[in-house]
Amino acid sequence: MKQGGWCCPVVECKSMSKIRLPNLAQLRLKRADNTGNSSGHDLAEKLGLLGPYVWLVGAGKSAIVPRESLAGRTLWSVIAIMTLLACLTLGAVLMVNATAKTWQSDISREVTIQIVPLENVNMEDALERAADIAEKTAGIVDTRTLDWTATSRLLEPWLGDNLQPGDLPVPRLISVEVDPDQRPDFNALRVELERNVPGAMLDDHKAWVDRLTTMAGTTVWAGFAILALVLAATCLTVVFATRGALAGNRQIVEVLHFVGAEDRFIALQFQRHFFSLALRGVALGGIGALVIFYVIGVWVSASIATPQGDQTAAFFGQFTLPASGYVWLIITALAIAILTAFTARFAVHSYLNQVHETGAQAA
Amino acid sequence: MISFENVGLQYGEGEEVLRDLTFDIGPDTFQFLTGPSGAGKTSLLRILFLAMRPTRGVAKVFGQDVAQIAKADLPAMRRRIGIVFSDFRLLDHLTTYENVALPLRVRGRDERSYRQDVLDLLDWVSLGHRTDAYPPIMSGGEKQRAAIARALIEKPDLLLADEPTGNVDPPLARRLLRLFIELQRSGTSVVIATHDLSLMDQYEARRLVLSGGRMQIYE
Repeated sequence: MKQGGWCCPVVECKSMSKIRLPNLAQLRLKRADNTGNSSGHDLAEKLGLLGPYVWLVGAGKSAIVPRESLAGRTLWSVIAIMTLLACLTLGAVLMVNATAKTWQSDISREVTIQIVPLENVNMEDALERAADIAEKTAGIVDTRTLDWTATSRLLEPWLGDNLQPGDLPVPRLISVEVDPDQRPDFNALRVELERNVPGAMLDDHKAWVDRLTTMAGTTVWAGFAILALVLAATCLTVVFATRGALAGNRQIVEVLHFVGAEDRFIALQFQRHFFSLALRGVALGGIGALVIFYVIGVWVSASIATPQGDQTAAFFGQFTLPASGYVWLIITALAIAILTAFTARFAVHSYLNQVHETGAQAA
Repeated sequence: MISFENVGLQYGEGEEVLRDLTFDIGPDTFQFLTGPSGAGKTSLLRILFLAMRPTRGVAKVFGQDVAQIAKADLPAMRRRIGIVFSDFRLLDHLTTYENVALPLRVRGRDERSYRQDVLDLLDWVSLGHRTDAYPPIMSGGEKQRAAIARALIEKPDLLLADEPTGNVDPPLARRLLRLFIELQRSGTSVVIATHDLSLMDQYEARRLVLSGGRMQIYE
């Protein structure tokens, strides 16, 4: 006669002595060589290949914190949006920074000598003398005197196309190319020009460069401030979501407590849960941002040498994300996932401390 | 193992729900904790499984004063205590196997080291065919046995069961009682909180009777 388990009513179960707890320790020894199947996952785990992944998301076992819930879906959607915003902000900051640097570099690579027409001064002689002085100055690579045709073309939008030499006292310009690695002494050049060429003025574009630097700096800092706000909003969202998840999974926390789980184990479960959610969110948001910047880059490349492209380039520079920018976007997305996980861990520890203080972990 | 001396418990500013409790629970003993609803049985169990601290008196569990136990020491002490709740408290999203294995999992043990033990225990409580079942589709009796298996998986020094027969029919209640008796014989102290007189009449054991927050002991 076979006994049907801990106490089977079908068989004669009159004697309680027939009921025996299984000797777990003995069984463990006896069956140590017969403990489950060796799967590919086991092999990878043995080789340590899955170590960080298993630690982070607890792969291979059912999650102690349920993976799918309405709050979870909402949270990963929010994280996706936040990641998209953070990456767009960062990308925009990087683009502005790169464009501003290009502007600054272009502007600071060139200075202008302007000669105002004066009575009893031959303009062509003055231009020749000024160009000669500039070319002899260390750090000047080249000079280009704008002839009357080029000058009248510059003034054409305001004065029309019938402007003739002598009609108006028009200043003339010399474009001077500067060696960026060995910049000339502009003060000495300015003094030399004023002494030898009446009406000559040197414009080193410092005012423009200063304005551009200020504008670019302001834009970059504003971008970083927005990025910080987005990250702060993400953290706060995660804190609220964690609190919500803890409230929703209160029974799980209680059960874990009374089966002897340590707080760090409980926190790790929630950390894994939120990291898993965050990974999904940052993947969606991050890929979205990468696609947007890639499409913009392709559009800009395709529109080079077209009127629209020239206009865009005139206002925004090349308006493309540098290659390092894509790396920064990926780093930002991963940072948001890690930030989410650690924010959740912090929130859980805070909650558990509170529970412990109030002694209310039992229902 | 357990020693209470003039223990009182009060929620907030309300009346004391437990008053001047003085008793001991020795190793390998069996006792019923009984009394009318609202007598304080569950509150006493909460102190015993270290979820609450008494507001006065000295309650010692495994020789340590409950009021003085550091937070970091609680998990290790709770692992020596098996608890069976009347509402089972199984995690609905885990299978029977995973629920029973939970105490081992939280200890960070490799599943390969305990899988067979859990399966054997499930067989022993006649749930061998329900290892992959989820609690929402299990009967009350099955859930009760799963909850008991979870409490026993690490062979605790102390088993606390709160109304373990409250949701089951009389034949199953008798089976559960036999199970607890066998557990006590194998070296675990058992405290069964119940107000089911018929259950207590089936086995001659010490009775801790709570009434109005005070305790009378019938050896």
